[in-house]
Amino acid sequence: MRSTRSQNAVIKWRKQDNGDILLKSSGDWTIDSLKDTAGALDEISRANRNVSIRWEVSDVGRVDSAGMMLFIRSYNELKANNCAIEIIGAKSEHKKMYRLLRRYAPGVSGGKPPFFSRFLKPFHGVGKSSVSFVVDFMEFLSFVGENFVNLLYALLHPHFIRVGAVVKNIEEAGVRAMPIVALTSFLIGVVIAYQGAVQLEKFGANIFIVDMIALSITRELGPLITAIVVAGRTGSSYTAQLGVMKITEEIDAMRTMGFDPHRFLVLPRIMALMIALPLMIFFADIIGIGAGMFISHIHLHLSYVEFIHRLQKVLAVKHVWIGIFKAPFFAWLIASVGCFRGFQVSKSTESIGRYTTISVVNAIFLVIACDALFSVIFTELGI
Amino acid sequence: MKNAIITVSDVVTRFGNNVVHEGINLSIRRGEIYGLLGGSGSGKSTLLKEMIMLLRPQAGEVRVLGRNLLTVSRSDAAFLRHQWGVLFQAGALYSSLTVEENVGIKLREYTDLPAALIRDVARMKITMVGLPEEAAALYPAELSGGMVKRAALARALAMDPQLLFLDEPTSGLDPISAEAFDSLILELREILGLTVVMVTHDLDSIWTIVDRFAVLGEHKVIAEGTLNEVIRNPHPIVRQFFGGTRGRIRSRDGK
Repeated sequence: MRSTRSQNAVIKWRKQDNGDILLKSSGDWTIDSLKDTAGALDEISRANRNVSIRWEVSDVGRVDSAGMMLFIRSYNELKANNCAIEIIGAKSEHKKMYRLLRRYAPGVSGGKPPFFSRFLKPFHGVGKSSVSFVVDFMEFLSFVGENFVNLLYALLHPHFIRVGAVVKNIEEAGVRAMPIVALTSFLIGVVIAYQGAVQLEKFGANIFIVDMIALSITRELGPLITAIVVAGRTGSSYTAQLGVMKITEEIDAMRTMGFDPHRFLVLPRIMALMIALPLMIFFADIIGIGAGMFISHIHLHLSYVEFIHRLQKVLAVKHVWIGIFKAPFFAWLIASVGCFRGFQVSKSTESIGRYTTISVVNAIFLVIACDALFSVIFTELGI
Repeated sequence: MKNAIITVSDVVTRFGNNVVHEGINLSIRRGEIYGLLGGSGSGKSTLLKEMIMLLRPQAGEVRVLGRNLLTVSRSDAAFLRHQWGVLFQAGALYSSLTVEENVGIKLREYTDLPAALIRDVARMKITMVGLPEEAAALYPAELSGGMVKRAALARALAMDPQLLFLDEPTSGLDPISAEAFDSLILELREILGLTVVMVTHDLDSIWTIVDRFAVLGEHKVIAEGTLNEVIRNPHPIVRQFFGGTRGRIRSRDGK
């Protein structure tokens, strides 16, 4: 089949004495032989105006649709430049092809958009994304509203709650996340202990390492780090799960069978996370303080007994409660953003990836913003 | 057979213990529209995948344009992939690209044509398959099922292939669109000199556009030939296929 290798398409042109142009094309006009001809023809059709042209095509070999398209384009452009064109020697199969493709050829392609619209483009973009932000926010509010109604109803009618689904989600989001939460909070404990130890040693105030570790971990770092890990792990999986269900029309199928997706999918996930996250934060507190204790022992030679003794004195139980109190709020934010973004996934596979990313970014941002808000409130209240 | 463009001989395919093909033989001639028929699970889509190098049979030989696909070299494989266009059942359009970019992607990657010409060729193919011009700027997610099929056909035709593989081209189309699709394929064959291999369930397509076809069943080709040849075949599966209500109405009305 190598014999079908194409000869390059050739276009030659010559000005005749009476001012007419003679075009002569030869060779194969196929996709892989058109490279040079396309540019040359463009030049010819740009350079000639108001002349009559004789275009000889009898030596043309094979023509495919790209070749014919090129011909049609140039022909149209020459016509638009007010040239009279006469085609000589077209073969019947070429004519047939021309007649077919003619029908489907697009109009003359517009060049670059005019300067003014290019200038306005960034503003157009800004406007578009502002509008879509507002629309997103409204949709989120309506999602939250629907979800809240379901939650209230569920609280009044406990049998409405899908206990099985809640338990399964607790296992998925809580129990299986324990190793990674343990590892992260251990490392956080280590980091704080190390950083604190170096500073405190300078003042000979070794024992205050306990205050530092206990308060920072229970009040802020434990909840925050755990929530961020959960947002990355569970929030993204909620979006992906619901997104896939949306694409495969499972959610539509559920609606037609009268299974409200809010009741069957969203509510169990939100409740599960609101139950699991406080417990995980408590777990993270223990591991974090334990890690701090371990490092203090190694680095500052603070014995475990001393550490625990001091811990009992400085760590009022309210600090632990404050950390845990924040958990349901974080959980609610993570789970509802995750589910909401999942429902936004459209038909394309690409949008799953996009919305999963958006969901994690949103969730982490909201968790941190919420934590900042709590910090301000608690400080103002003097707790 | 001299003008055979594809020959399949003694092909054996197994997935684990599940035997799909046990000695398939058929040949497809240049310029014809060839149908692969069979019930669900008869391995017709598998056979199609073996013809386009997506699957490798355990034994036997598949020759496309004279090249044995089981021992094909890299450069020959690349050459073959330029010679065919494939329409997948669900379209398989790249969801991150617009329809126009989908259609033009092979042109952009494999040729040095100027972008404006590629754009025009893509737009022409898009209108050729019966999509409105506005569809060019849409993303696959914004298209209806029938439009996805047409866009995918436009993409398969982008490089003017010699060979066109269609996996259930008319499934999921309404009867009017299906008929239009069939006549479009006939017209394109005429103009572009295509050889078309299609997996189909659609009896209408078999009556109207398919020149020859093979009926797959019991891991083998149980009948091959033109409609008139196959319909006289006494094999029970063939009888079942054409003896059902849909088949009977069709044979009463005739071609």
